[in-house]
Amino acid sequence: MATTAVPNNRKKETSPETAELHRRYLRQMLVIRRFEEKAGEAYSLGKIGGFCHLYIGQEAVAVGAIAALRPDDYITTAYRDHGQALARGMTSRAVMAELFGKAAGCSKGKGGSMHLFDASLGFLGGHGIVGSHIPLAAGAAFAIKYRGGDQVSLCFFGEAAANIGAFHEALNMASLWDLPAIFICENNGYGMGTSVSRASAVANLSERGTAYDMPAETVDGQDVLVMREAMERAVVRARKESHPTLLEVRTYRYVGHSMSDAAHGTYRTKDEVEEYRRRDPISVLADRMRRDGHLDDAGMDALEADVREEVEDAYRFAEEAPDPEPDQLYTDVYASEGGGQRAEEETENA
Amino acid sequence: MAITTYRDALNQALREELTRDDRVFLMGEEVAEYDGAYKVSRGLLKEFGPKRIVDTPIAELGFAGIGVGAAMVGLRPVIEMMTWNFALLAIDQIVNAAAKIRYMSGGQFGCPIVFRGPGGSALQLAAQHSQAFESWYAHVPGLKVVMPGTPADAKGLLKSAIRDDDPIVFIEGEMLYNIKGEVPEEDYIIPIGKAEIKREGGDVTIICHSKTVGLALKAADELAGEDIAAEVVDLRTVRPLDREAILSSVAKTNRCVIAEEGWPFAGVGAQVVDLIQREAFDALDAPILRVTGADVPMPYNRQLEKAAKVDAARIVTAAKKVLYHGD
Repeated sequence: MATTAVPNNRKKETSPETAELHRRYLRQMLVIRRFEEKAGEAYSLGKIGGFCHLYIGQEAVAVGAIAALRPDDYITTAYRDHGQALARGMTSRAVMAELFGKAAGCSKGKGGSMHLFDASLGFLGGHGIVGSHIPLAAGAAFAIKYRGGDQVSLCFFGEAAANIGAFHEALNMASLWDLPAIFICENNGYGMGTSVSRASAVANLSERGTAYDMPAETVDGQDVLVMREAMERAVVRARKESHPTLLEVRTYRYVGHSMSDAAHGTYRTKDEVEEYRRRDPISVLADRMRRDGHLDDAGMDALEADVREEVEDAYRFAEEAPDPEPDQLYTDVYASEGGGQRAEEETENA
Repeated sequence: MAITTYRDALNQALREELTRDDRVFLMGEEVAEYDGAYKVSRGLLKEFGPKRIVDTPIAELGFAGIGVGAAMVGLRPVIEMMTWNFALLAIDQIVNAAAKIRYMSGGQFGCPIVFRGPGGSALQLAAQHSQAFESWYAHVPGLKVVMPGTPADAKGLLKSAIRDDDPIVFIEGEMLYNIKGEVPEEDYIIPIGKAEIKREGGDVTIICHSKTVGLALKAADELAGEDIAAEVVDLRTVRPLDREAILSSVAKTNRCVIAEEGWPFAGVGAQVVDLIQREAFDALDAPILRVTGADVPMPYNRQLEKAAKVDAARIVTAAKKVLYHGD
């Protein structure tokens, strides 16, 4: 079981291609950060309803992992899904409009924060039941192998999901059948307010891979480049050898489990949150880019302004976008509208 | 026409659909090398190979979810539950995933999947292996619930289910696998959502599905001996209900009995009663009666079990009651 070392003295990157890639990752992480801050603000104003789980602090995981995918690969994730949707290429407008429940949202306003989907990007959804989507990702991998393709199926889930049956059943079958799946366990330390040490019998969740003869690594999730490299190894294994990988990614959420709890809550201290903020994923990359001569203050200011405008635009768009038409209540239940029970069950009951 | 068992009719349906569409695969416990726990998949591994006839570990939640994921990206999985009792372990995937994917995704993803296997009461299998769950699934928008009562319906409906673009809960009668009947040899399908009048009659309507179809026909025979002409309406599909078939029969007979294996509270029959009282109130000459399984976990003891199950005699009694026969 390899644990990726934190590369404090990573060598200087000089090629223009690398500089361009780093700029892209920095921008993506910044978009997610500012988007989530804006979403939190909108939630507090009552513009976003229901549950809203923010990704602040974990940006490098989604950006680094998805950077290693091809456009035809599949992604399945849980309810903390805004970051992955944006990293995959959904527009800020489409995601924000979905949070606002508008018809222009990526799921037509029917899914909301927890259920972001985009078939054109192979984004198989945000799912709301802890761990239940892990078998779905294995199913997409099964389909890839069945068709003889070389895509991969990537699944994100939180560390709390590693204790539920669906995780174990899916990983067992993925390994048993050599499915091209990659399981990314985003270990942010807490399942709601329950720390890993109070929920899991093993401290290193990557050890769970051993039970299923699955290669596994513990990865530093605050460094986008480390994340991408670990993911690249997993992608090769899936694409070339059709074998799954488990990546336990160490990360941290600065905010509460959802918008309904305080940033640090009763289960952790302010100091702990501050401690983690010192290795902020955006700063880690920005500092490296400055060292390499690919970023200066003016560049960072310009990027911030550009990202803020994108997010403000998404907010305005979402606010102004129309609600779904009332008749949308009954569409998309069945493939054909005749499939439903509406006439039978609701006639004149109102 | 060939005489075939319900089991072999299902086998034919699987074979024909596996041949017709290479996106179709069968997955479940003991479906391949063991030839099926109930032999519904007999011979399919030999014919189609392990890629398409897939044995799984005992992990209903996991392989049901694998089926849903595969369906979302374009395959047509048939997921066998060894029995519907075990599908309780997978109900999260059926209800929270399969039924809702289309809606949650704003119509971007469908879930063309069939969950199939035996359900209903068995023989002295006691409380955990002898129960009817159709009303649970029929409650859920996004699902269709199909329950054939004869070999011909079993084949035609399973073929329809596999071709359908929505998730289907296909509950076979555990006690029906050996029943025989005429099954057309040609390629045919029976539409989902269509009931069938299995026997015509003008005095009383008996609404039934799955195992109670045979019981209702037996009851109708007995009633005929007393000059009572019962009309037997086999729902075949529990959701969506064939509203027209139910209402037109009740309009003709003015009296109705509903027979099902499930428990009485919030059962399928309760839904049918709701429809009839709302749409055909004036046609009724008597309150509708329901004949259901007893409101208890299934007992093991043979005599107690008999008392807990629906049988033809209880249907006959109910039919006479709604006719005020002998009053």
